[in-house]
Amino acid sequence: MLHAERTIPQIPSVFERDLPVVSNDPVNGEYMRLVLRAPTDLLEQCRAGQFFHLLCPAIGGETPYLRRPMSIYGFYPEREELHFLYKVTGEGTRALFHLGPGDSLNVLGPLGQGFRIEADWQHLVLVARGVGLATLAPLALEAQRLGRSLTAICSARNPEVLMSTDYFRDLGANVITVTDAEGTAGVDNIERIIEGLIAGRGVDAFYTCGSNRLLRLLQALGERHGIPGEIALEQQMACGLGMCHCCVRPFRKGERLVNLRVCREGPVFDMQEAMPW
Amino acid sequence: MVDLAVDIGALRLKNPIMPASGTFSEDLADVFDLECLGAHVTKTITRGWRDGNPTPRVCEVSGSMLNSIGIPSKGIGYFIEKTIPFYQRYRTPLVVSISGNTADEFATLCSEVSVDGVDAIEVNISCPNIEEDGKAFAIRASSTYDVMCKLRKATSLPLWAKLTPNTGETPEVARAAEEGGADALVVANTLLAMAIDIRTRKPKLGNLMGGLSGPSLKPIALRMAYQCAKAARIPVIGCGGISTAEDVLEFLIAGASAVQVGTATFINPTVMPAIIADLERYLVRENIASVRDLVGTVIDDEQKAGVVFMETAP
Repeated sequence: MLHAERTIPQIPSVFERDLPVVSNDPVNGEYMRLVLRAPTDLLEQCRAGQFFHLLCPAIGGETPYLRRPMSIYGFYPEREELHFLYKVTGEGTRALFHLGPGDSLNVLGPLGQGFRIEADWQHLVLVARGVGLATLAPLALEAQRLGRSLTAICSARNPEVLMSTDYFRDLGANVITVTDAEGTAGVDNIERIIEGLIAGRGVDAFYTCGSNRLLRLLQALGERHGIPGEIALEQQMACGLGMCHCCVRPFRKGERLVNLRVCREGPVFDMQEAMPW
Repeated sequence: MVDLAVDIGALRLKNPIMPASGTFSEDLADVFDLECLGAHVTKTITRGWRDGNPTPRVCEVSGSMLNSIGIPSKGIGYFIEKTIPFYQRYRTPLVVSISGNTADEFATLCSEVSVDGVDAIEVNISCPNIEEDGKAFAIRASSTYDVMCKLRKATSLPLWAKLTPNTGETPEVARAAEEGGADALVVANTLLAMAIDIRTRKPKLGNLMGGLSGPSLKPIALRMAYQCAKAARIPVIGCGGISTAEDVLEFLIAGASAVQVGTATFINPTVMPAIIADLERYLVRENIASVRDLVGTVIDDEQKAGVVFMETAP
């Protein structure tokens, strides 16, 4: 008999749900925060670094077709809230901009592999710029929950668009801001800052997202000092689940370059295996 | 109690809804219980390892999408060791989609994949044939017939031929596939298309051109399913832009015995179970005992064969 052995069908771990919009407000001149009311069973599946695939509505004259992947900015089972941070750049985010209380948004998730915090990683350093900080924000909450120390190096064009710094401070993180306007966001300065942290109480792991030059810098520092790290990456997606193989990127696996799916094997990857783009 | 079961040759499916190759994998089990589907259809595999095409591999066009994935494949070994055992936990029939660069390579893979746990083989003859200047086997009747004869000799499992809309000879290709030994026709694959970013003046796909899928493709696929049902005696499985139970009904009425749902799953991953439930409600509401009673019920009595098989604009 072909199909003799049976196992019990798996319990779904990914939800496709219509979630009510609580609010959708600007956080500064560039970014919007979307807050959705979400059931606890969905929020309890979420991990820092994971993402949702959003079915951006056809409103305001926008007609996005495919879903848009967006990393989780915050998830709060006790408040039944799921947060996203976005910048209006294309058809999908322009459609999101039109959402308000009373509307709902169809989401698929949580999806992908989140950040790892190994048991012996005590001193964590995250380095990110712009909207990349949205992806790293839930990591700060997780670090606090696990009682790890966290230094957040936040980079932006100018102090006015620096994001999440209060959020990181409230979670007990040591926040260091660098900006183009102040001439402090250069790679050399960030390298100096991190070398200082390593020479001080030490660094056990790096986390980053969104910037090619930060990836190169952290890869070099990681190699120099034997410090592991993780990076959250983006790629254009269709299904978000791993079926279509649209969102591949190349990664170093020993001597070989291997295509991995950002949606399924990622979006968080080993920093040393990631390829600058 | 209404009956959703359909027969594709000797293979009985509990309902006519199955995924289209390339839009389905084990990963969808994270979202719903895959046992509810009429069949499971795997992403096309090749014998050896294939990396696939450069990115971007997908872009959207109004109301639809283009893709050029390039059939990345881990090869036959991985498939037999890992993929087939995953699907053996289900009672749902497993249909394996395969492709080859040459007719002989295709036939070798067809034979290698004819193992326990596989219920039918979907042969993706819409892929380029390197012996025919890269033209897909299913563009011409002669190359369709030749490759189907070799595939037929390679397996005793049911063979489903997946046709391409990039042909001007749909009825001839359908008959050639049948004469070559196909047990069913899957109608159809994606339509060759292109999109350019006017700002950068670069094609939106890394591979320059790719296949159109989604609702824009549906009328074309429906026309082909209708032509194939008229031209051939073997069952037709409709595929192309199907997103709702109404779309399914349209294909059944046109002559398809079952359908495949593809791109719609990317938009709503739970669309297939939703369509199955809607289809059942429709049959109850309309007092139709079996979904099979709908197949080929299109009212076209007065139309001449010359119109039915037309391949150019009227």
